[in-house]
Amino acid sequence: MTPALEVQKLNRSFGALPVTRDVDLRLEKGARRALIGPNGAGKTTLVNLITGVLMPSSGKVLLNGEDITATSQAERSRRGLARTFQINQLFRGLTVLENIGMAISERDGHANNLWRAIGSKRAILDEALDYLDSLRLTEDALKLVRELPYGRQRLVEIAIALAQRPRVLLLDEPAAGVPSSESHLILDVVAALDPDIAVLIIEHDMDVVFRFAKQITVLVQGAVFTQGTPEEIMNNEEVRAVYLGEEGGRRRG
Amino acid sequence: MAASDTPSPPGKAARERAADYLVRRHRFHWPEAMPWILAIGCFFAFPDRMTFGSQVLIGVMFALSLDLILGYAGIVTLGHAAFFGIGAYTVGLGAARLGWTEPISGLFAAAFVAAIVGLISGWFLLRYRGLTLLMLTLATAIMLQEAGNLRSDISGGYDGLPGLSFDPLFGYFQYDLYGHVNYLYVLGVLAVIFFFVRRIVYSPFGHALTGIRENVRRMHAIGSPVHRRLVTVYTIAAAIAGVAGALFTQTNAYVTLTVFDFDNSAKVMVMLILGGTGRLYGAFLGAVVYLLMEDYFSKLSPTFWQFGIGLLLVLAVLFARRGLIGLAEQAEVYWHKRVRR
Repeated sequence: MTPALEVQKLNRSFGALPVTRDVDLRLEKGARRALIGPNGAGKTTLVNLITGVLMPSSGKVLLNGEDITATSQAERSRRGLARTFQINQLFRGLTVLENIGMAISERDGHANNLWRAIGSKRAILDEALDYLDSLRLTEDALKLVRELPYGRQRLVEIAIALAQRPRVLLLDEPAAGVPSSESHLILDVVAALDPDIAVLIIEHDMDVVFRFAKQITVLVQGAVFTQGTPEEIMNNEEVRAVYLGEEGGRRRG
Repeated sequence: MAASDTPSPPGKAARERAADYLVRRHRFHWPEAMPWILAIGCFFAFPDRMTFGSQVLIGVMFALSLDLILGYAGIVTLGHAAFFGIGAYTVGLGAARLGWTEPISGLFAAAFVAAIVGLISGWFLLRYRGLTLLMLTLATAIMLQEAGNLRSDISGGYDGLPGLSFDPLFGYFQYDLYGHVNYLYVLGVLAVIFFFVRRIVYSPFGHALTGIRENVRRMHAIGSPVHRRLVTVYTIAAAIAGVAGALFTQTNAYVTLTVFDFDNSAKVMVMLILGGTGRLYGAFLGAVVYLLMEDYFSKLSPTFWQFGIGLLLVLAVLFARRGLIGLAEQAEVYWHKRVRR
């Protein structure tokens, strides 16, 4: 079967500094893969290369078997690739409902319409409210995003990506910056994602990684260090030495 | 935990409230009639100030066109006078050199020419943002002005094209010395344009513009063709500014290259910021207050009148960050809170 997302021999340098080196990555339909690695391993750069924020120096990105290496970020998004950001990228001055509606309106091409009021498009409204219901954000629908606590903003971040109806979803540290007392809200949402969506999650919290992921890729200095199931990674002495270290061993031990 | 499966009654109420808000938002609200009633009221109250009144309405239209790109899409430009000037010269040159003196078709011509220039310049310029865009838009207006200066044999240069005359409106309403016909003419055109702008603002396209303003990175990520959206709105705004410029020429019966002045670009931005950006009626309030103040201060002190304008601006920026409309909104919120208690 064609993988939902495939990355082949991807390279990228910033000046003389190679930040992504010969990366190969496959996400099957419905995959649950975690991308881990120490700070500066190039995890976010890889997400930016996959989504088209950055262009690779060499290598290929394939979405459902189609080569999308040369296409724009917007085009990739329209073909079913969605992401969330490590630091919130929201429409802060708009309401939560409008934030979600924005993604639906662009996805279905409504946003080309200059004449009919957006409020008269019941389908957008109902679908946006459905996403809010499923993430329990309905009470906040009419609040401006910037007025929400950070943890709930993180949920909006995910809700926008879901409203794109992606086939491949890249989550860049979804629980980053959220107090641990609230992070379970976000992790519940991540755990309950549609099983058809292929998900790549970047996460530092090993508890989350081992709970959520069926496959793990370890990135070190821009290159794939190793990959395998959570058990294999956990028992890999080299990974422990490079990344998990004392802390990882203790937390899982 | 069970709440996620079946929305509880309070959740359902919140859902309906949210849907209701969006469904109602674009409908006509009665306070919206106020500026129009006032505009017509002024016609009867100040019959000898109609020439000034027409200029105010043209200022409103110009500011409204800027609001589309600055207030909604978040594009900062210092060259918006370029499109005003193009519209002004399209009808000016049409009347002076080609004998095209029919006013309504002149407006369409002005809108068309300004839109073409907006489309072409926007296509190139809107890849940039911030200071770069500021300088490029400014340069565009200056280049057009200098082009006019270079061929002053055609444009009339800074002496302008004086003594233009236009046909009676609809071939019937003759322009009078007091500008009564002009005032109603400009008001009518403004109403039509406002209707269009209002439709755009509440459309999904308008919604996408606010998305670009609020977070362009996210717009790329959700698949929005950002550049195309910006060029589209820039072209529309250019056309509207062109119509405002055309009305300027028609109502004054003359035009000089000063319409391209940086002053003109800066003034319209000041009006809009004073009134409140991204709010439709901010353009009304800002242009009216600014031009009234300008009129008042310049009579008070022909030498130092700009001091008054400057002071007003400082106060506005310090105490009314979101413009006069923003101030009114805050007052409304405050009022509601007190009433509820």
